[in-house]
Amino acid sequence: MKIVMGKLKGLKCRECGRRYPSSPVHICEFCFGPLEVDYDYDALKGTITRQSIAAGPPSIWRYKELLPIEGDVAVGHHVGFTPLIRSQNLAEELGVRELWIKNDSVCHPTWSFKDRVVSVAVTKAKEFGFDTVACASTGNLANSVAAHAAEARMKSYIFIPADLEQGKIVATLVYQPTLVAVEGTYDEVNRLCSEVSDKYRWAFVNINIRPYYSEGSKTYGYEILEQLGWRAPGHIVVPCAGGSLITKIWKAIRECATLGLIDRPATKMHAAQAVGCGPIVTMVKNDTDILTPVRPNTIAKSLAIGNPADGYYAYRSVKDSGGYGEHATDEEIVEGMLLLARTEGIFTETAGGVTVAVTKKLLERGVIPRDESVVICITGNGLKTPDVLYERLETHVTIRPSLSAFDRALADLKSQARS
Amino acid sequence: MARMRVRLTFPPERIQEPVIYHLVKDFDIVTNIRRADVTADHGWVILELEAKEETLERGIAWLKGKGVKVDPIERDVIVP
Repeated sequence: MKIVMGKLKGLKCRECGRRYPSSPVHICEFCFGPLEVDYDYDALKGTITRQSIAAGPPSIWRYKELLPIEGDVAVGHHVGFTPLIRSQNLAEELGVRELWIKNDSVCHPTWSFKDRVVSVAVTKAKEFGFDTVACASTGNLANSVAAHAAEARMKSYIFIPADLEQGKIVATLVYQPTLVAVEGTYDEVNRLCSEVSDKYRWAFVNINIRPYYSEGSKTYGYEILEQLGWRAPGHIVVPCAGGSLITKIWKAIRECATLGLIDRPATKMHAAQAVGCGPIVTMVKNDTDILTPVRPNTIAKSLAIGNPADGYYAYRSVKDSGGYGEHATDEEIVEGMLLLARTEGIFTETAGGVTVAVTKKLLERGVIPRDESVVICITGNGLKTPDVLYERLETHVTIRPSLSAFDRALADLKSQARS
Repeated sequence: MARMRVRLTFPPERIQEPVIYHLVKDFDIVTNIRRADVTADHGWVILELEAKEETLERGIAWLKGKGVKVDPIERDVIVP
């Protein structure tokens, strides 16, 4: 693959614009604003083409020149390039002409879009010479960091609140990281992790490596555009937790327009959150750039971030693109999960239920016109957290092992279906 | 001396109070404001605090007692 020399300009403060050389830092020393990777788009123009991307591997690494990696890919060679499915059944149920499902519930290796960000973070951590990676997580991020650290043969520390259910820990422990269960309130655990990141020379993926880590989310956007034949869809509905994914998909679309890979960035970005934890959507609805932190109370645990780091930037992405947002209740979230499973055979986690429910609302309210193209982002697998459905699903019929018993049961079921 | 970079989010009823002044005067904490946005109905301030560790802890506990939300500047770092 052709290597573009000098594509990275380093890091740039999102608030004051001050520049920094590429290094494992995440905060501007002057204004304490977040840092972001800065590319030399003039150097990339004409070098990155639809053809050069198509010649790359069927993974996120086909977009390596648009990622902050300068050496070889270290881990996650099979991450990404997940299916973009043209929906017929769900499109019919929702009453929309052109509906696509970007399905990261089958993203390798840990079944969520977090593999995109973590494979970039761990590769960058190796590039910087770290031997230890870390994160604070209650779910998908922990799974992915532990798995990629194992592949990289790096040490890993995963911090969790001590009261986390055992079921959620196993899918991380299997990769044999050092799991640190911290007793204390959510805020205390949160503060400790920030302090650990300050003190130890570790690659804390969503703290000091965050500028690089978050760039991995752009690949979700590149894939949507490429899989649509390098066309920007009319609308993308994105579940929001920390706000980084929607921000980076919007960045990916604008980058592709800058590089001439698509005509123009004519996509409206819509934010999807739960009623019980929806500070970004609240900003959009109230049309304010001030985020009010909330204490999460929702079954959508995979979106439960009450004080999101990128909340302001997520809001800006929605506003700048002309999109909107909606909240979904817990009941609507479950209905969304069941609707996607029933119509498309995809079992997503609660975040996917939020996305489906919010898409339905945005269509019903005319925010998304029914004759325009829509992509919905399914970002995680339902098999990790089936417990949310335990109370809501049941076996249809139990019988003795005889054909006559089955005949009677089948007749009963058919009669119930007719009534 | 210990240093901390924090984000303070003020509830509307505390906006008119000289909270940071008291942090300096009553606790002997050195404050260095880097960014802020304060209006009639909301307010946040990003600043660095410097003092002895136990003094910092007492100051932060006092802030929380007044209903001020005290977060790392990274905000929520525990991710699902």
